[in-house]
Amino acid sequence: MSDLLAARWQMALSLGFHIVFAEIGIAMPLMMVLAEWRWRRTGDATYLELAKRWAKGTAILFAVGAVSGTVLSFELGLLWPGFMAFAGPIIGMPFSLEGFAFFTEAIFLGVYLYGWNRVGPRAHLAAGVIVAASGAASAIFVVMVNAWMNTPVGFTLDAAGALARIDPIAGMRSPAAFQQCLHMLIASYAATGLAVAGVHALMLLRGGSPAFHRRALGIALLVGAPAAVLQPLSGDISARVVAQTQPVKLAALEGQWETERGAPLRIGGWPDEATETTRWAIEIPKALSLLAFHDPDAEVRGLKTVPPADRPPVAVVHLAFQAMVGLGTAMALVSLWAGWTAWRRRDLGAQRLFLRALVLVTPFGFLATEAGWIVTEVGRQPWVVQGILRTAHAVTPMPGLVVPLVLFTLLYAGLGAIVVALVASLVRETRAQVVPPATTSPAGVPGGAA
Amino acid sequence: MSTLATLGMPEIVAGIMMIALTVYALLGGADFGGGVWDLLVRGPRREEARALVANAIGPIWEANHVWLIVVIVILFTAFPPTYALLGTLLHVPLSLMLLGIVLRGSAFVFRSYGARDDAAQRRWGRIFAVASTITPVLLGVNVGAIVSGAVGEAATRLPRAGSGVGAPAASFADLFLRPWLAPFPFAVGALTLALFAFLAAVYLTVAARDAVLREDFRRRALGAALAVFVTAFGALLLARAQAPHVSAGLLGTGWALPFQLATGGAAVIAIWGLWTRRWRTARVAAAAQTSLILWGWALVQFPFLVPTVHEIRGVAAPRVTLRLLLWGLAGGSLVLLPSLAYLFRTFAAARDVPSEVTSH
Repeated sequence: MSDLLAARWQMALSLGFHIVFAEIGIAMPLMMVLAEWRWRRTGDATYLELAKRWAKGTAILFAVGAVSGTVLSFELGLLWPGFMAFAGPIIGMPFSLEGFAFFTEAIFLGVYLYGWNRVGPRAHLAAGVIVAASGAASAIFVVMVNAWMNTPVGFTLDAAGALARIDPIAGMRSPAAFQQCLHMLIASYAATGLAVAGVHALMLLRGGSPAFHRRALGIALLVGAPAAVLQPLSGDISARVVAQTQPVKLAALEGQWETERGAPLRIGGWPDEATETTRWAIEIPKALSLLAFHDPDAEVRGLKTVPPADRPPVAVVHLAFQAMVGLGTAMALVSLWAGWTAWRRRDLGAQRLFLRALVLVTPFGFLATEAGWIVTEVGRQPWVVQGILRTAHAVTPMPGLVVPLVLFTLLYAGLGAIVVALVASLVRETRAQVVPPATTSPAGVPGGAA
Repeated sequence: MSTLATLGMPEIVAGIMMIALTVYALLGGADFGGGVWDLLVRGPRREEARALVANAIGPIWEANHVWLIVVIVILFTAFPPTYALLGTLLHVPLSLMLLGIVLRGSAFVFRSYGARDDAAQRRWGRIFAVASTITPVLLGVNVGAIVSGAVGEAATRLPRAGSGVGAPAASFADLFLRPWLAPFPFAVGALTLALFAFLAAVYLTVAARDAVLREDFRRRALGAALAVFVTAFGALLLARAQAPHVSAGLLGTGWALPFQLATGGAAVIAIWGLWTRRWRTARVAAAAQTSLILWGWALVQFPFLVPTVHEIRGVAAPRVTLRLLLWGLAGGSLVLLPSLAYLFRTFAAARDVPSEVTSH
């Protein structure tokens, strides 16, 4: 394995690991705050129990997200010093703001988790709201950096190829920024909400406390289902921005080799880089032109317009895109089912077929997120900054990068397994859930912040 | 003071970065020190001492940890070439430090929130404690490698980025191992460990509600103070041979003597405070001592970020970036400082309430 490939794998692994915890860190605090708010409004102690259970899970997942995020902040320099030396002055600004958002998140999560008995009810709820809001803000700032890498603006290049006359604020508002931030935020709520709903659906199917898990299901679906329904619309905006700003990426994710008017949408299929064709795809005539440009006869640029050295790995990008769309569609359908059932005032918790469908889509959101990151990151190759800086020129000169790759792979595999086991044991504890009497006060509930 | 007259935006940003690093040492460092005591405590009150450590750092360690992120973000925004250089040449010790950071944080939450069975608790406790001990050493090693000038020396032998021309006779070990795998950086690592353990023990004398536990940590703090003295002296001795400009800066320049006196004075006050059980005085003095040691380092290598290849001014980002960063830092502080004050007040005032955090 070349050093460049090892560095790319380590970065992909680190991001792929962190992103799951980041999404949970964005959406889970919202759910936990909603549960606490319901408890304070209704006095229904089951909601308090739910808020505390979710807070416990959030504590574990947030900490792993925080340390894996720290690793990333160093890895930018450990693996990509050429990128940071080049782009630091322009992308440092959103990273700095992200630093403050993360700070606020960590501070108020501490208050929330450990402050049940130490701050007033309003202050406690407010702390949770701040955690949820600053989590979303962190995501926006970080994704702004990625959007800049996809659609770099706010500078000129001097004779030596370095950045000159930079405008960091313009860099934060790059053409891809709005749609990428929107897509990522919605993905966080959809993935986490439906995953949590799936877990509680499983517990209901297995005979867990109906009172507890139905309330959990209600809040999780409230957060996850609308997001999952909206995500295809946000995806449409994304695709149109990609079509305009990164035509080669669009061609790769659609397996479009030739430049043509009225290009078809390909479902499935295998892009063959040797013959420069996409085989075995189901083609819907003119649909790609229609979707990407809202015009059935619009011209779509093909991969052949750039030399093979400037193309991303087409098969990976195309398959990841298909996977993302497929998983997202399934999530949207299950969410529509939930909405339909709720609208007809049927009891969601009693529909066993619906619960089974929810269990099935539990991991879909996270898988779709990983696929989406493969689309945007691998789809930008061979560039780290689109059209400006090649990934191969950004990598560290240190040899032997396969060693840290193996090390961090083992670390993250171990951590991942432990987190899954811990969360599973937290979930199992709820099976023996005895719902406390309805008048329990905030103080004195055991196991609260612990 | 002619140097002061030349202070511009790059130096101000570097100063703020140094302040963030100091706060990280005082807060985050003490959290690592708490883990060191989790490892070292012996005797009949071992579990009580460990519970005290866990309660003290539980609500605040994640916020304290973010100071390190602030340092890194300022470094790569304001001084991108230095961030790139350190990431390249200190890849190995920085990666090892990251492993320590990940294991410390994860093991701590796994122990606090995870399974209740004793065997798992002990295992996470052990990993938390060992990672808390190794990480400060590696942090110090990285600092020591920079301050000694070895990183700067290796930088001159690094192949030019992009040109693909390798400098002659620079082996892997020359570039990526020798700058840090040397006695002086490890002496700085030992000093860092001793300082963090000292800070933690002093803070815990204030945090402890139990008089016997407090006496235990008083004894430990005095022992750690001795360790700080010994490791600082050892580092200084090694500096004479391996980092001559460090010992020259610390001993020879005009500001050196008052600075040394102030550091020594803070150390004496800290020990006197512990001796006479003036806990809060000892805490302030220990924090002052640590800060003065850090700023002594900063002054020794001023105006270099990486002696003797990266001058602050030479590697600074364009003015527009620095100006925006300063605005961002000012605006962020408006949110951050009251929030931090609220966090610390919430958990300092309420220590008398028996904590609901069960760490064991």
